[in-house]
Amino acid sequence: MKNEINEAHEAVEDNSTDSSNSSEPVERRPIVPGEVIVSGEDFLPGDGTRRDGENVLANRFGLAEISGRVVKVIPIFGAFIPRKGNVIIGRVADINFSGWMIDIDYASSAFLGIEECPRFINRNEMDQFLAIGDVIAAKIWGVKSKGIDLTLKGKGLGKLEGGFIFRTIPSRVPRVIGREGSMITLVKEKTSCQITVGQNGWIWIKGEKIEDEIKARKAIEFIASQVLVSGLTEKMEEWFENN
Amino acid sequence: MAVKKDFKRADGRKAEDARPMTAKVGVIPNADGSAMFAFGDTVAIAAVYGPRKLHPQHMQNPTKAVLRCNYDLLSFSVGDRKRPGPNRRAQEISKAIEWALSPVVDLSLFPNTVIDVQIYILQADAGTRTAGINAASMALAQAGIPMTDLVCSIAVGKNDTNLIVDLSKGEEDFEEGEGATDFAVAKPANSSSFSLMQMDGKISPELVPEATKLASKVCEEIYEIQKKTLKDSLLPSEQEKGAKK
Repeated sequence: MKNEINEAHEAVEDNSTDSSNSSEPVERRPIVPGEVIVSGEDFLPGDGTRRDGENVLANRFGLAEISGRVVKVIPIFGAFIPRKGNVIIGRVADINFSGWMIDIDYASSAFLGIEECPRFINRNEMDQFLAIGDVIAAKIWGVKSKGIDLTLKGKGLGKLEGGFIFRTIPSRVPRVIGREGSMITLVKEKTSCQITVGQNGWIWIKGEKIEDEIKARKAIEFIASQVLVSGLTEKMEEWFENN
Repeated sequence: MAVKKDFKRADGRKAEDARPMTAKVGVIPNADGSAMFAFGDTVAIAAVYGPRKLHPQHMQNPTKAVLRCNYDLLSFSVGDRKRPGPNRRAQEISKAIEWALSPVVDLSLFPNTVIDVQIYILQADAGTRTAGINAASMALAQAGIPMTDLVCSIAVGKNDTNLIVDLSKGEEDFEEGEGATDFAVAKPANSSSFSLMQMDGKISPELVPEATKLASKVCEEIYEIQKKTLKDSLLPSEQEKGAKK
């Protein structure tokens, strides 16, 4: 069981991980909405940008990145936008006859159906499995206008017992995880804690000692605050030596 | 006629000068985005919350988010204590600010939700709605809301027949000759159109193009300040300050 949860969620999240720790340094600069990033017909407007005649403009506040021909704006602030396949951390808010309502820090509600649990649940004793206030790691399998559907079927998903959760800005989750999970693996190794990072910005930490847990939290908060720094993995090695 | 180069104002400004402007983002740690903007003694703060669930449900829009602005003077912001709570003036200005901001905010990404913009005036010395709009547009950007542009806002006006920019309270109360005119405008920075135009007083139609031209020029200055403040907020030194809160 020990590291099962952690490995499983990273396998999913790596798809959306940005290239913050890529070996080839890509130039990034802060950009405000409406500002021209580049001009020229050759460039393709990606996420958070739009084309207006000759120019590619930013559609949000963030860091502009030009990789090859593609121009995009990496968000550094902003709400979580649920996508199918995201692993999130949520808290049980209510129990009804067919499942659980989960608070995932998003405007519309999330629902976990009883049939989406990996084992048989007695409908009369649903709180035996998940009670109000319990924290779970779940995967989004559907985003509809009415709400979000969650599932617990999948490796590493389920109830999180012990430890604690805290939140960071959801836009900085890719940075916390790092390329192919490099950053979060580093934190796990250095603090020997179990850590699960939800795409909604909630992070769960459980360690043997409370000091380790606090150190892991501090490390993650430090990573999330360093928006403009490149080569953060090396910097983190240094950080762990000083702290 | 229009702008008289040698026109002397009570505070020593030239006709086309705004009061010294200061701006700051991230002033409210609990908000998703926040900013402060000041014209001289007029200080406005804005906080953005959301996108979050909108109640009552019948106000929800299934195609896009709802932008909801709330402007208010704090009771200590004016000379005579203002009775706390919304009043007719605050409601009207809230609605006008909402309309001034809505052309640039892309709400289609967050159906059934609300984006709340709270604007509070800490010190009022005329031009509160314009300072509020400037702060709100920075706060929206910092909250990570998709926007096509930043909004800049400034008041132009007239003392008797002299066109001036960014009236202070003293100038707004001017009563000689034609009296004072207060003409507040807001515009998306990279656009030639205006998203807010309100006026108290009188102005001849021939002067309007001149006044808007003057406003556009000052808007460029405001835009530079907004841009610089937002970008500087990402520097590591600023980040550490924010983390300590």
